[in-house]
Amino acid sequence: MSSRVDVRKTYKLFIGGAFPRSESGRSYPVVDSSGTVVARAAAASRKDLRDAMRAARDAQAGWASRTGYNRGQILYRVAEMVEDRADTFVDQLRVGGRSRAQARREVERSVDRLVWYAGWGDKFVQVVGNMNPVQGDFFNISTPEPTGVVGIVAPEEPALLGLVSRVAPVIISGNAAVVLASERLPLPAITFGEALATADVPAGVVNILTGPKDRLIPYLASHRDCNAIDAWGHGWEGLAEIEAAAAESVTRVVRPPGRVDWNNDRVAQSPYMIADFTEIKTVWHPKGL
Amino acid sequence: MSTPAPLTLPVLGTHVTPQALNAYLEATPPVDEVAVHERVASLATRSIKRESKLHALELAVRMTDLTTLEGKDTPGKVRQLASKARRPDPTDPSIPPVAALCIYPAMVPVAAEALRGSGVAVAAVATYFPSGQAPLEVKLADTRAALAAGADEIDMVIDRGAFLAGDYMKVYEEIVAVREACGSAHLKVILETGELVTFDNVRKASMLAMAAGADFIKTSTGKVGPAATRPVTLVMLEAIRDFAELTGIGVGMKPAGGIRTAKDAIRYLVLVYETLGTAWMTPDRFRFGASSLLNDLLMQIRWVRTGAYQSPDYFTKD
Repeated sequence: MSSRVDVRKTYKLFIGGAFPRSESGRSYPVVDSSGTVVARAAAASRKDLRDAMRAARDAQAGWASRTGYNRGQILYRVAEMVEDRADTFVDQLRVGGRSRAQARREVERSVDRLVWYAGWGDKFVQVVGNMNPVQGDFFNISTPEPTGVVGIVAPEEPALLGLVSRVAPVIISGNAAVVLASERLPLPAITFGEALATADVPAGVVNILTGPKDRLIPYLASHRDCNAIDAWGHGWEGLAEIEAAAAESVTRVVRPPGRVDWNNDRVAQSPYMIADFTEIKTVWHPKGL
Repeated sequence: MSTPAPLTLPVLGTHVTPQALNAYLEATPPVDEVAVHERVASLATRSIKRESKLHALELAVRMTDLTTLEGKDTPGKVRQLASKARRPDPTDPSIPPVAALCIYPAMVPVAAEALRGSGVAVAAVATYFPSGQAPLEVKLADTRAALAAGADEIDMVIDRGAFLAGDYMKVYEEIVAVREACGSAHLKVILETGELVTFDNVRKASMLAMAAGADFIKTSTGKVGPAATRPVTLVMLEAIRDFAELTGIGVGMKPAGGIRTAKDAIRYLVLVYETLGTAWMTPDRFRFGASSLLNDLLMQIRWVRTGAYQSPDYFTKD
């Protein structure tokens, strides 16, 4: 038996490219399926949410100014980093009660989904954008542009695949994101933050908060600097409150479909999920000499 | 208001000689730099709760000298800023006007016209702002022109070169001369602490400016970094406190440059309260020289009132 003292990890938030503790100093226990406390995660406060929103706003314009090709390269590298940490993710997903094989499959599917969206980086504009037929001598061109800062309420489960499935389509078009991670299984989200931080994703493009979602969501919904909210991971219960608060500043709320089968590629990934977080800009240009 | 008579200050006697001035300045104790930083850091941790915060934010709005000092300033920009000074938030009449609009002398006629009857003062930077490197006649002419055009307050710069060279008498006499040229107008003396380098110099320059008749002492022009910092402000506030004990005269304080957030502004107010007390918690004795601070104050006020975090998209850009 080794006499070495365990080096236990302190799980922290991911804000502006850094890993701070919660401003509140609070943390909460992460419990496995047998009821054993396996770690403590930071319990984000509304001030952490405010800081994350600010970091996202500061990062968004620079990220959007990259080429779609470059964003695709970076997202591909995120996939590589997740692949690299596969064993860590597997262990963290097993906290939620999954078998090793199930957890392994979830990680693989998450990597594949990241690669899939990475490929869309320089392609979705051609699919979503259009040359519109108009009467008169004009070129009329529509093209999607990123909405801005998007608040993502990630699903409780699957903790990694659900998170990846919603973050990837949001950021690939040039949005920045503030993510409320799975409250019950927050560890994969923080490890995903570490993957992002080592994948050349600019600081602040993705910010991940762990902690009491119910307390944070009202502040996210009413935050006037938030341009869209992804409620896929939230579900329908309480959605009306989010929509009412978001309506104050005309913040788009992307509603969840009924039940989501996250493993089904036909349901859980689509270029139109990228389009959900874009605004269509149309320009008229005179034609002829 | 009559012109204060700096030459009869009890601390300096009736006829100021270089020796008397040196003796007066030598008498100022040196500043303990570590203690200043510690004091500032400990006061920065103070938590200001909801009601007090709202009060502090509104007070900070009333204390703001809304400033534009750029080569590209136009009459249009000054008029726009003047309307913002009168009514900082067009959607909320409960927000009070700011204290003053701070501009270059050339823009004074425009500002005076735009602010007539509003109670918002016109403050002009004068005396060859920002360097102060011009003959005294030029500085006095600059001051008189600004006053003739309608300025209520003059923000003058000291000759830092003379100060650093040890020619305190020259600095003193220039301030006295500008003080006389100002008549009843309010005089703020800019020390440009970023160029004075040490806290001892800042303290000495503060004592000098106050003895020469400054109504306010001001940290910076905003053209030199570092501009206003809380430690340097504390040093100046303590000089003000000592000067008030010595003479009974309450001089005002204006940190300027680099104060951008409401949180920072509140920390300044805590410093003022803890050093000088409630008598200084008024726009007559304390001002912020700032441009972008005002929007953050407005955003924070609305956040406290509505409970929703705000976006700069909903406030005027200037």
